[in-house]
Amino acid sequence: MLGRLSWAAIPLDQPLPLYAMGVVGLVILAVLAIVTVKGWWPYLWREWITSVDHKRIGVMYIILGLVMLLRGYSDAIMMRSQQAIAVGNAHGYLPPDHYDQIFSAHGSIMIFFVAMPLVIGLMNFAVPLQLGVRDVAFPTLNSVSFWLTASGALLINMSLVIGSFARTGWMGYPPLSELAFSPDEGVDYYLWSLQISGVGTLLTGVNFVTTILKLRAPGMTYMRMPVFCWTALAANLLIVAAFPILTATFVMLLLDRYLGMHFFTNDAGGNQMMYVNLFWAWGHPEVYILILPAFGVFSEVVATFSGKGLFSYRSMVLATLGICVLSFMVWLHHFFTMGAGSDVNAFFGIMSSIIAVPTGVKVFNWLFTMFRGRIVFKTPMLFTIGFIITFVIGGLTGVLLAVPPVDFVLHNSVFLVAHFHNVIIGGVVFGALAGYNYWFPKAFGFTLDERWGKASFWCWLIGFYLAFMPLYVLGMMGMTRRLQHIPDPSWQPLLLVAELGAVVIFLGVLCQIAQLYVSIRTREQRLDLTGDPWNGRTLEWSTSSPPPAYNFAVLPRVETIDAFWEMKRRGLTLGLTPAEPPYETIEMPRNSPIGFVIAFFAVITGFSLIWQIWWLAILGLLAVAVTMLVFGWSENREREIPAAEIARVERARLGFGRPA
Amino acid sequence: MTIATIDAVPAHLARGRGGGGPAPKRVVVAYGFWIFILSDFVLFSGLFAAYAVLSGNTAGGPTGAELFNLRNVFIETMCLLFSSYTCGLGALSAERRQPARFLILAAFTFVLGAAFLAIEASEFAGMVSKGAGPGRSGFLSSFFTLVGTHGVHVTGGLIWLIYLVAQVIVKGLRPAVLRRLLCWSLFWHALDIVWVGVFTLVYLMGDFR
Repeated sequence: MLGRLSWAAIPLDQPLPLYAMGVVGLVILAVLAIVTVKGWWPYLWREWITSVDHKRIGVMYIILGLVMLLRGYSDAIMMRSQQAIAVGNAHGYLPPDHYDQIFSAHGSIMIFFVAMPLVIGLMNFAVPLQLGVRDVAFPTLNSVSFWLTASGALLINMSLVIGSFARTGWMGYPPLSELAFSPDEGVDYYLWSLQISGVGTLLTGVNFVTTILKLRAPGMTYMRMPVFCWTALAANLLIVAAFPILTATFVMLLLDRYLGMHFFTNDAGGNQMMYVNLFWAWGHPEVYILILPAFGVFSEVVATFSGKGLFSYRSMVLATLGICVLSFMVWLHHFFTMGAGSDVNAFFGIMSSIIAVPTGVKVFNWLFTMFRGRIVFKTPMLFTIGFIITFVIGGLTGVLLAVPPVDFVLHNSVFLVAHFHNVIIGGVVFGALAGYNYWFPKAFGFTLDERWGKASFWCWLIGFYLAFMPLYVLGMMGMTRRLQHIPDPSWQPLLLVAELGAVVIFLGVLCQIAQLYVSIRTREQRLDLTGDPWNGRTLEWSTSSPPPAYNFAVLPRVETIDAFWEMKRRGLTLGLTPAEPPYETIEMPRNSPIGFVIAFFAVITGFSLIWQIWWLAILGLLAVAVTMLVFGWSENREREIPAAEIARVERARLGFGRPA
Repeated sequence: MTIATIDAVPAHLARGRGGGGPAPKRVVVAYGFWIFILSDFVLFSGLFAAYAVLSGNTAGGPTGAELFNLRNVFIETMCLLFSSYTCGLGALSAERRQPARFLILAAFTFVLGAAFLAIEASEFAGMVSKGAGPGRSGFLSSFFTLVGTHGVHVTGGLIWLIYLVAQVIVKGLRPAVLRRLLCWSLFWHALDIVWVGVFTLVYLMGDFR
């Protein structure tokens, strides 16, 4: 009846997961209780859960990413602590089985449920506003994407309480991840949660490619698009071209595990090396799916806070597209040691080094944008400068690892761990935090507190260096990754420094929470009434903060790059001109519960597939299909906002019709 | 927002290529679906790659040449290709607002698609009964997965077709229904393209291996 599920799945014999479970359960119950007591459910349902507004969906993605960051961080600090104390005769507090689950969950969560939601959230929020349009191409599909991502996050966290997670690392390499060596539900949690969220990500990619290529304000030619839109286009093209490879690979592993096939098994003609190749054929483009939008954020921030147009916009666009193409030609550098032969290794080593060229172009463009600019050191700008320095170091160690003979020495050492945290924290996380600080006033109508913001920046920066520079040294001393026990006591001092760094990073996270709290408490003093708190250059700053549901009462007409800057220069912004434009009725998509409903059934399906409760899995799939059929029949999906209503909103903002 | 925003853009210029503002809904929907189909091709390319790697790994079991019946596969292929032809004619008659003609052609498409599936199912059943099921070897795992995934797509396409025919009967050929038909016919043609790859790489090359 319940497949493999039984009371034995609850880890009653292990204190740590039980505590974690208790704390998380209490927090969730407290939140639910507050929402119920305050009577917020109707508001949440109407304005957020069923919303198809790209701005709301973007905000929800970012909330998801930040909450999951706390989960991923707790895994990190547990590993750091274990490695700091389990030296020599000491064995620490985490048994190997639990430790293996923690590093697997840490990687999976940080990539799929922290970095991806943060990056996709920023794209959701900013891209339609920057393009000067009213929503994405498929707003309801966008809501489906978000809720599927949230479903995956829920499933992966369920493994904390019910059963166990994979012990295979976040890549899930066979044969370890095959049934013969991982017989329990751990790998199935990994596979199904990533399959479900992967569908959501793929649909996001389809949605944004279509949005950017087919929906832009009149006059916005390709070479007038903001750089963030270019990087979002490149990232979403990569999603469309890479995520199906991951889906196919995981389908094969699932078939091996569930139906006894032989794609990657040791026997009957399976081939594990194929999994590693396919995984990284997705995995390396994935790196650029994450970093390219971060590059876009830095480009916007550096131009805005230098008071200058971006240096060499064209080379920035070319570099972005160059990286987009090259990212598909380097995957083998993740496993030079597999033994593909020196010619193959040399090819991929050279290709990997070549990626440094367009990236270097970008770094010089950011530097030259700052050169002789009037730099304003707000928090987003600090993250940008911190990024440039940190990312160059991470890039250089990457070029080192791209040299096959060096890689043979450093492969799977903590040098590699230091390298990819260097580019992901220093690049993607700093980018997401810069974007969060930069667009927050646009999303909520008030700015974030600068003092706490700067404190969080310094903690993140110093904490990062303390946590990961020692790992470069340890890697060269021969320490391999994923060690549950440290055999060599001479490594301990540096591991203690790394532990301290992780604590300092946590102080940064605490500063961010304080920043949010203080900013909300003092929001009356920090209201952004102009809609343009940073003296911005692109169209999102031309509408009010927060923007109305329809974004722009009249679609802007774009004549140059940095369209809003040009309008300001020519004195053409609304509110400065006496004439009021004629407003027309605007058609906007209606709210829809379909995303939430599909995700609800997807969680049930995923959970019952993990635990092999076949009848429930079939029911869940049928429910998803019926939901889609019901939605596919409907037609009345748009509502009209009458011109009079738009005039009322716009007049309240701009003061038209009031006595002078 | 400038005062220059006042001049409206004529709808026929709005192609979303930059000059004219957002593209009309029909273009957006078809374009988006086309991008989705491209992603589906990438999914199949992963399965093709797996087949190419594993096709020789028979683990002492039967090879493709021993299992494939090219005569059946040829009939199967013809069914699918002709169903694409009737699908194309059906799309044209839908565009010309000829519901009766559309329904007849949709029925032909359905029957041909179902015939394709029936032949495929009997091929699969025959192989399994000979002990050459998907669990026999890496070669057969990748064969069943590649060909079966295509078959699942065809099945989905047939269910979708019934659903759209119901919409045409109930709602008539109005713009929203026409947009859905457009997506469906793109999907159906795309399955043909995948099948050409399957036919060539799996059956023809497998038979001469």
